[in-house]
Amino acid sequence: MSQPSSNEVVLETRDLVKHFPITRGIVFQKKIGAVRAVDGVDLQLRRGETLGVVGESGCGKSTLAKLLVGLEKPSSGAINVRGQDMTRLSGGELRKARRNIQMVLQDPYTSLNPRMTVGDIIGEPFDIHPEVVPAGERKQRVRELLDLVGLNPEHINRYPHQFSGGQRQRIGIARALALRPEIIVCDEPVSALDVSIQAQVINLLERLQDELGLSYIFIAHDLSVVRHIADRVAVMYLGKVVEIGVEDEIYERPTHPYTQALLSAVPVPDPTLRGQRDQIVLEGDVPSPANPPSGCRFRTRCWKAQDVCATEEPALAPRDRSAHPSACHFAEVRDVVHAVE
Amino acid sequence: MTDIKAEIDVLPGLDSSARLLEVDGLHVEFRTQVGIAKAINGVDLHLDPGETLAILGESGCGKSVTAQAIMGILDSPPGFVTGGAIRYRGVDLLKLAEEQRRRVRANHIAMIFQDALSALNPVFPVGWQIGELFRVHRGTSRQEAKKRAVELLDLVKIPAAKQRINDYPHQFSGGMRQRVMIAMALALDPKVLIADEPTTALDVTVQAQIMNLLAELRRERNMGLILITHDMGVVADVADRISVMYAGKVVEEAPVLDIYARPAHPYTKALLESIPRLDLKGQQLNVIKGLPPNLTRIPAGCPFHPRCAYARDVCRADPPPQQYDVDPVRTARCHFWTEVVGDEPAVK
Repeated sequence: MSQPSSNEVVLETRDLVKHFPITRGIVFQKKIGAVRAVDGVDLQLRRGETLGVVGESGCGKSTLAKLLVGLEKPSSGAINVRGQDMTRLSGGELRKARRNIQMVLQDPYTSLNPRMTVGDIIGEPFDIHPEVVPAGERKQRVRELLDLVGLNPEHINRYPHQFSGGQRQRIGIARALALRPEIIVCDEPVSALDVSIQAQVINLLERLQDELGLSYIFIAHDLSVVRHIADRVAVMYLGKVVEIGVEDEIYERPTHPYTQALLSAVPVPDPTLRGQRDQIVLEGDVPSPANPPSGCRFRTRCWKAQDVCATEEPALAPRDRSAHPSACHFAEVRDVVHAVE
Repeated sequence: MTDIKAEIDVLPGLDSSARLLEVDGLHVEFRTQVGIAKAINGVDLHLDPGETLAILGESGCGKSVTAQAIMGILDSPPGFVTGGAIRYRGVDLLKLAEEQRRRVRANHIAMIFQDALSALNPVFPVGWQIGELFRVHRGTSRQEAKKRAVELLDLVKIPAAKQRINDYPHQFSGGMRQRVMIAMALALDPKVLIADEPTTALDVTVQAQIMNLLAELRRERNMGLILITHDMGVVADVADRISVMYAGKVVEEAPVLDIYARPAHPYTKALLESIPRLDLKGQQLNVIKGLPPNLTRIPAGCPFHPRCAYARDVCRADPPPQQYDVDPVRTARCHFWTEVVGDEPAVK
C-alpha cells in the first residue's frame, strides 16, 4: 500500500542461476544432472518498495530467497546490493554486506530456538555484528525492538513456547530488524498463521515499512495477500520469471497464460461471483525442474502452445499486446479476476 | 456380495425418511495434564443429501474434532464425548457398539484428510489399500478387489490407472495422492463424505482440480458433503450452507449468499473484513485484536467478547442464548445480532 518513495535501486539480480547437482555413486560421485531451481532471474528492488514473488511449490521462490540473503551460493549471476556484488564478497566484507539484507522465515514454530529466551534470539545478531550496538546497550535495543513490533518489552526473558503463533512471527520480524537492514526478504511470512492473525502481521509489516523505509521481497503462494501488500509482482514458473509488472498490471491485465491460470484458480470470498469468473483449470502437474521442457517451460500445460513454443524460448520483455514484460510468444490481456459478462 | 451390503444397510433403527445426518448438542472434552480442554461445547449441525455444508473456523475452534466425533475416530483418551447425539438416518451413532460403528465408517460415512501422505500407508501399493476396503467390508476376492480399485482410480481421473495401482503413495504428486484418498473414501459408496481441509496443503491450481472433482462426485452420487476449512474463498465457491465455529460452538449458521452479504455474528463479520481479496485494490484490512481463547479457560459469557467490537456488559456476563432466528434458515449466537446484520459490511 505504500508508495515507492524513490527510484533508487537497492537490490538487483542479474541472470541469477542456482543448479543443484544430481549425483550418482557414493565414493566417486558423478554428476548426472542438475535441478535447475533458479534459472536466470533478473529482478530490481527499489527503496521503500515491496516486490511480491508468487508461484506454485517447486518454482524456485524459496531458493531465490536463500540466494538473496546468502544462505546459498549461486551457480552463476550477480546480486548487487548498493552497487556491490554480494556473490564476489567473502569473509568480513560479506558479513558486513549481509547486515543490510535480512530474512523473515515461514514457520514461527521451528525458526525460533526453543532453548533461547526472546531477548537472546533477537540479540543474537549483535553477537555476530558487535559493531552495530555497543555491548552495554544491547538489552535496551532489544527492548526497543520488542516494542517496535508490538510485543511487551517486559517479556524479554520469556521463551518462544510462551507466545502464540502471531506473536512468534513478531519475534522473527524483530530479529530481522535488529541490524537495521534496508532490505527484508519475507519467505511466506503469514502462511502458517490463522486468518484472524494474518491481518495483524500484514499490517505490522506495512507499518514498519512506512516508519523505517524498508524494502521487501515478499515471497508467498497466496496471491490475495501479495496483491494486498506488493507494489510490483513477479510470477515464477520452473525457475524463471514469466511475467513481471506493477500490482495492477498483473492482477487486472495479466498477459501470460500461466499468470492467468494461477489467478483464475484463486477462489474469491464472494459467493455472488460463483460461476461468473473465467475459470482456467490446468491439467497435470508442474514438470520436473531437473528436466524442464524445451523452449517455453509452460508449453506442456498451455492451451495456446504452438510449434514455436517448443523451439524458441520467449524472452521476458514487453510485447505488442502486453505493456509490461511477459515471457510468452502469444501474450494477450485476459481478465480472470472479476466477473465476466 | 449383495447380501453383505444388504446386511450392512440394516442398521437397527435406520429410517430412510429421517434426516441424513444430524448432530445435536454435541460436547467433547480432552482430559489433559494441564486441565480439561472443552473442545466442543454444544454443536448442532444437519446435512441433507446432495448438499455441501462448510464448517468454517480457525485452528482450535473444534471443526476437526467435530468431524472426528462424527466418524468415531476421536483419540480416546484423552478425548471423550460427554454429551449430545449424532443421528444418521435416525440412528444415534454414539449408542452403537464399536463393531457396528466400524461398519458405518466407509459404508455410510467416509472421510478424507488434509495430509494424504500421512493418511496413506507408505509400505503398501495404493491399489492394495483401496482393495482392502472391498476385501474387508465386502469379502470380495483379491482379483475382484483389484479390478474395483482400478475403476475407482479411473473415477477420480488418475491417468493410466491400471499401471498406477501398483505404485506406492510416495510415487504420486500431492494432488494425485489426494485423488487416491478420495477414491478410497468413495469405494463403498457412502452417503456422507467429510472432507477435512482437503486442499490446504495443495497449490491453488491443484486445489481447483480437486474441488471440481469433489463437486462433480457429490452431484453424481447425491452425497452429503461436509467441507471443513478455514479458507473463506473456497467456501464461497462450493458451499450451500455455512456453519461458523468459534471456541467449540457454532456461532452462526446461514446459506452461503446471506452470510457473505450480511453476516449476523461479529466474528464472521470480522473474519470477512480481515482477509485480503484478489479482486480488490487498495483494500483496508480490519484487524481482529487478541487471540482465540485457551480451551481450558474459555471466557465467561460469550467466548468471543474479549475480541469483539460490539461487546457490552451483558456479553461478559451471560452467554448468548442458544439461537436467535435471524430468519427461518439462519441462526446466530450473539446478543446484538440485529445490530451486526444492520451494519454495512466494511468490504464492498
